[in-house]
Amino acid sequence: MRGFRFIRGTMWSVTRPLLQECTLTCYRLLSAMTQAVPPILSVTPSRALVDEKFQVLVENLPPGCPVTLCSLHRSEDKDDWEAYGHYVSDHRGVVSVSEDLSFGGTYTGKEPMGLLWSMRPVPGSRKGLRLRKINVCTPMLVNISVHSGHEGFRDRTPLASALAERWYMAPGVKRIDINKQGVQGTLYIPPGPGPFPALLDMWGGGAGLLEYRSALLASRGYVSFSLDYLWSEYLSADVEFKYFETAFNIIRNHSQVIPDRVGILGSSLGSMVAFDLTAYSTIIKPRCIVCISSNHYHPPGTTLKAGFKILSKHFHKAHFDENNHMSWRSFALDLIADPSNNVEVGRINCPMLLVNGCDDQNWPTVETAEEVARLLREGGKEHLLSRLAYPGAGHLIEPPFSPHFRATKFIILNSKEKVILLWGGHTKAHSDAQEDSWRKILSFLQLHLYHSPSVKANL
Amino acid sequence: MDRKQCCVKLSVQPSRGLMDEKFIVLVQNALPGSQLTIRALHQCEDGHSWEAFGHYTADTTGTINEDPSIHGTYSGVEQMGLLWSLRPIPGSKPGLRMRKKNIQTPMEVTVSVYQGHQTEGFADLVPLSGVVVERWYMAPGVRRIPVTEGGLTATLFLPSGPGPFPGLLDLWGGGGQLVEYRAALLASHGFASMAIDYLTSKFTMKTGKMVDNQYFETAYRVLQQHPQVCGSKIAMIGLSFGTSMTLKMAIYSEVIKLSAAVCISGSHVQPVEGSVEEIMGFFQKNAGKTRFNEKNEVIWRDLLLPISTDPSLKADVGRLQCPLLLVVGEDDQNWPAQESALDIKEMMARAGNSHLLTVLSYPNAGHLIEPPYTPHARSSTFKTVEIQEKVMCLWGGQTVEHFRAQEDAWKKILVFLRENLYGGRKPTSFSHL
Repeated sequence: MRGFRFIRGTMWSVTRPLLQECTLTCYRLLSAMTQAVPPILSVTPSRALVDEKFQVLVENLPPGCPVTLCSLHRSEDKDDWEAYGHYVSDHRGVVSVSEDLSFGGTYTGKEPMGLLWSMRPVPGSRKGLRLRKINVCTPMLVNISVHSGHEGFRDRTPLASALAERWYMAPGVKRIDINKQGVQGTLYIPPGPGPFPALLDMWGGGAGLLEYRSALLASRGYVSFSLDYLWSEYLSADVEFKYFETAFNIIRNHSQVIPDRVGILGSSLGSMVAFDLTAYSTIIKPRCIVCISSNHYHPPGTTLKAGFKILSKHFHKAHFDENNHMSWRSFALDLIADPSNNVEVGRINCPMLLVNGCDDQNWPTVETAEEVARLLREGGKEHLLSRLAYPGAGHLIEPPFSPHFRATKFIILNSKEKVILLWGGHTKAHSDAQEDSWRKILSFLQLHLYHSPSVKANL
Repeated sequence: MDRKQCCVKLSVQPSRGLMDEKFIVLVQNALPGSQLTIRALHQCEDGHSWEAFGHYTADTTGTINEDPSIHGTYSGVEQMGLLWSLRPIPGSKPGLRMRKKNIQTPMEVTVSVYQGHQTEGFADLVPLSGVVVERWYMAPGVRRIPVTEGGLTATLFLPSGPGPFPGLLDLWGGGGQLVEYRAALLASHGFASMAIDYLTSKFTMKTGKMVDNQYFETAYRVLQQHPQVCGSKIAMIGLSFGTSMTLKMAIYSEVIKLSAAVCISGSHVQPVEGSVEEIMGFFQKNAGKTRFNEKNEVIWRDLLLPISTDPSLKADVGRLQCPLLLVVGEDDQNWPAQESALDIKEMMARAGNSHLLTVLSYPNAGHLIEPPYTPHARSSTFKTVEIQEKVMCLWGGQTVEHFRAQEDAWKKILVFLRENLYGGRKPTSFSHL
């Protein structure tokens, strides 16, 4: 039986004719078998939160049998997304996605979650798609199947399949629509008596209200408020600023929130709002902030929309790659070179975590983080800052196991013009960054919002 | 230690699991050395509340993880104690039994952690933390299909996927009704399982007549002919009176050809040529042997004792041609399962087919050997189809040992079914690779 062990990882050293012969034998065996009983495919756990891992196992195959593991998901927009990996069963007739190497497909190597993070639209789909769940009260359904052979696996009906549910909401999490004091958004509350630490959660431009990250944060023990802030036109920057302060106070004053344990989590444009609020507000004091794809560009006295208008005046300088995808990175770098355009982050006095991708083609987020570090250092406050910069990761750093989007359709807010924006990132590196950064974000939040250093000092 | 703790973190992983899956309960960020109570609360479909709790001490890091419960409805290191030791809250009606009717929704359990070692009055206390856990009988993608073909009252559960799948006929006991949860769970493990109501079917309710052998053969045929079922790999699983039917069909039916049989808490004692009605009648004839314990709970185990030596009164297990797994609780007060198992063993040894027999016998386990992690009922109110009045029936079993028997038996039943319905393939040599 030892002879079969080397199959894992050394398959490519076997010549192609042998593989073809082996494949034919397997097909014959498999078709004989499926008239008797099929292979057994299991996904454990079959119901999980989106940031939890699963184990995909195929048993009862003939030994040394080439098979393809495939995942398929139909999005809320009715687009089909898929991922697949080519495997060879061991001497016991088993394929374990957690333990074995994929020899090719949308991912290679030992990748327990490759069937999720390497998903992309099926051939023939519309261009520039992005996968984001809008209704988080239902799970994302992923069909995992096993097919015989490697090449042309799609032409064959699956040997077995299993359905996995991926949830953003843990059981008992409550979802509440908020429309209070002019502020709009959705609040997610963890199960239990509370009170809980809380977060103001803000996404960037280009989409409607997205709730999935807040739902997941509530599933991890934080009251989380997904704020809708790009829907209206503000009279002035001051009025707009007050909107965010009001939103923060709504959370702070909520009966299930611990008032001095409220933080801010913002990504892209949302990270700019986080910097802005924390640097300038005299009435709200976040306990900590997390900025994903850091952006501190905010010409003084401008509303977000006005700031965006200014930005769009520079679009003619945008760089278009070989696919005609638009990158803002280079002209943005020029814009932030002038410190008078930026939030004075040196004024910030609370712990900060900055999470960025080194291959961010949309915004010079790593340079922004470096500038933040420099300014804090000047003020003797560098100890407040933690920075994560992931090589090969792009702008859209999402919760783990989400597919990677290097470039997607984007509607320019003011003109309603559609372009394909280049976000950057290389899939494998980007996915690793998503998985690692989420863990680190949760542990940063746990440290600053759950643990209570002041109480420990009293013991 | 009287100071209210804040921000104690409680997690139960997985938060959504199958009924037979284990979970891990973790408490973090508590005051080191503090006394805490972890409690589970469940409101069943009948509206009754069930609770379980354990008393713990947080360690030096303020964590409770795989630690022993010092006291409570369970003690020691018991990962699943919060479920199997659930019991009706004080003041509940006596004789309750927890059985889920609607298996398309999960069982919801609220798990909370309280300051101190609490034993009562939980409703008036505010917990430090709480989570909700879902326990499912149906895995995602399992399909539930009501079956009425051929006059059947049955439900078929198909695993997700193209199939074909081995099939399973699932029978419960003398209380009748269409009980679906075990079949749903078995489908979640890859078996196309058909739960059959053979005592209170629509036919019986309409005509007042009991079904005959053909009813089971129809069920077998319907299952066998289903395009997603592997017709040559069908097994039968029966509990209590369901065992009598299973053995009857396995041995005597010309139509039903089983690949395996699982008989839980039952007996082979029955009039060999008898119809379902006649077999029930045979048990009724012995009703005089009914005993009562000091609590006036009904003990029916003696009705079939002593095990007859008359071959016309015992299913001829020597003629069995498929593997048989017998599951026996040695404290079964409802059926003489242990005595029957011993007799079955002897009969098969004499006939030369005892290589087909496996017996799992559990000391201090009772009659109701069910899938694991649901509460044990030592006795409960019960109404058989024969006796129309409700009695308090003694099933037997001591809670801890009964739970361990359920956990062990279920695992072994799944392995037995997997081996006999999915296995049987010899690996081919690939030495040239």
